[in-house]
Amino acid sequence: MSTPTARPPAQALDAYLAGYGRMRLIREFEAAMHRLFLRGEVHGTTHLYAGQEAVAVGVCMALASEDYVAGTYRGHGHALAKGTPPEPLIAEMLGRATGVCGGRAGSMNVIDLAHGLVGCYGIVGGAIAAALGAGLSAKRQGRVAVGFFGDGAANQAYFHECLNLAAVQRVPVVFVCENNLYAEFTPMAQGTAGADIAARAGAYAMPAAVVDGNDLWAVRAAAAEAVTRARGGEGPTLLECRTYRHYGHSKSDPAPYRSQEEVERWLERDPLTLARKRLEREGVTGEQIDAVEQAITAELEQAVAHALAAPYPDPAADAATEYAP
Amino acid sequence: MSELEFRVAIRDALAEELERDPAVVFFGEDVAAAGGVFKATPGLFERFGPERVFDTPISELALAGAAYGAAVTGLRPVFEVMFGDFMALAMDSLVNQAAKFWYISHEQGTVPLVVRSAVGAGGRFGAIHSQTHGTWFQGIPGLKIAFPSSPAEAKALLKGAIRDDNPVVFLEHKRLYSMKGPPPPAGDDVIPLGRARIARGGDDVTIVSVGKGVCDALAAAETLAGDGISAEVVDLRTLRPLDVATVLGSVARTNRVLAVEEGPRTGGWAAGLLGAVAEEGLHDLDDAWILATAETPIPYSPTLEDAFLPEAEAILDSIRSRLGVGAARS
Repeated sequence: MSTPTARPPAQALDAYLAGYGRMRLIREFEAAMHRLFLRGEVHGTTHLYAGQEAVAVGVCMALASEDYVAGTYRGHGHALAKGTPPEPLIAEMLGRATGVCGGRAGSMNVIDLAHGLVGCYGIVGGAIAAALGAGLSAKRQGRVAVGFFGDGAANQAYFHECLNLAAVQRVPVVFVCENNLYAEFTPMAQGTAGADIAARAGAYAMPAAVVDGNDLWAVRAAAAEAVTRARGGEGPTLLECRTYRHYGHSKSDPAPYRSQEEVERWLERDPLTLARKRLEREGVTGEQIDAVEQAITAELEQAVAHALAAPYPDPAADAATEYAP
Repeated sequence: MSELEFRVAIRDALAEELERDPAVVFFGEDVAAAGGVFKATPGLFERFGPERVFDTPISELALAGAAYGAAVTGLRPVFEVMFGDFMALAMDSLVNQAAKFWYISHEQGTVPLVVRSAVGAGGRFGAIHSQTHGTWFQGIPGLKIAFPSSPAEAKALLKGAIRDDNPVVFLEHKRLYSMKGPPPPAGDDVIPLGRARIARGGDDVTIVSVGKGVCDALAAAETLAGDGISAEVVDLRTLRPLDVATVLGSVARTNRVLAVEEGPRTGGWAAGLLGAVAEEGLHDLDDAWILATAETPIPYSPTLEDAFLPEAEAILDSIRSRLGVGAARS
């Protein structure tokens, strides 16, 4: 038994330090995407995950590598948290042949089956269904599936149909709502009835929790409980992780609808700052954390350089087929 | 040889594939305990158990999404959307998830799913239980659309669809469920999707259709033979891929082609097919035309619905008129 004041075992602390590194990787990855977008290297649009890192990383810390994850169009963080290496992910954003999907998918639709990422979905709520389906396979395979979605998706048919079906079939799936308080530009209170999205699970007799989505420890603990329940045959769980995006909805949105006061309040609770403070409080030295950060920065710089040097796909050499043989 | 009923052909195909491959699962609304509203699937639940065959809530979008997610992670789901009209509710997952996965993933994985539905008019079910949704999906790369025309074809095409590694929209005309006919040849009862067949040979005109339209075309061809008109009937079997080559081969012999579509001409498969035939085979063509339905929803009243449908009599009249021949005197 541990108490809140007890020092956690070194192994667990190492896992959180690694988790912090993943969060840092996502933060720096998104900063790089922001710069590369402004340079015209990332095409179309992109939706940055900065600010929400503790959710994807905390949930994926509770998963095994063979478990399944379905992400959103704000999915770079989901991919990196599940294990997609940064270089092929950057190359995908840049539309290069070395991208994780060969440049065919782009920012919103990344798929990386080798790391259990069944997809990221450009339609709000799509990941909920993908996770439900992956959960049907997972049930046989002793695995678990996770579906990430935003607060806006809680108003889609996908949400209600899939939570109900997962509950009646006791599918081993964890539904993770990343509630960043805005459905695109619309504040939650204007578009979502009821105070909590987690409360909606009650209608399906499904366990649920509201979680501090900026606290890596809180997210991991809630996810671990849900994953244990799923693996034990007890069915799905809904987690509502309260968090905040640092950028606007997409690259065309400067988010003028959010007050400066609100933004500053959330920046004070930056998940990276909170995690670093907690690691130091639990005995990790500043030097150890700095070393992790420096390694991440170096890894990312190299990944960006390699991705930028990679060729675009050659339309003349593209062997695309409409169908699987 | 005993005759095979169309609904039994569907059930046999499912049973044989469930038996053959443990990855196959089957689910839908009232398909398990009740055996389906068209009684196509009784006995499967009892035989294969609730992990393989199960009833679901009335949630077409969730069913399609669940099938997609299961298909990309190792299962081979077959699910039923009771009436094709309800496919409108399932479209996002089929169009934006299943159909695109193979290509945008850079061929990381396949999506072996089948969605079966009862389609078609003539049953007095009204505008929203009678549509044929194949053409709603016609323009979606990555999907296949199959539409069998007989019990033997139903069994072999469904087995082919279940073994196919791509998402398949499978249409069953509700007025064929009670049709009886010979079973497919033993040991040769799987038809790979994408190849049309010549259902009846002929020299003077080609009638192209799919599903129940093939039955109507065959009935018309039989009568036309009495007029001295030799009609060839091409059964497309799949609307996507569309086997234009088989139609071109037929038109090269007959020089005339009629496409019979149970659905509106605008945006239908027949217009696309004849466009492709003109593009490739204009030099072979003396005539090409379409018999389709009016550009209105499907009516309910028997008099209105009967007049609405391009069935055997309408095909017969159309060909006689187009070829300038009268009915043979008996």
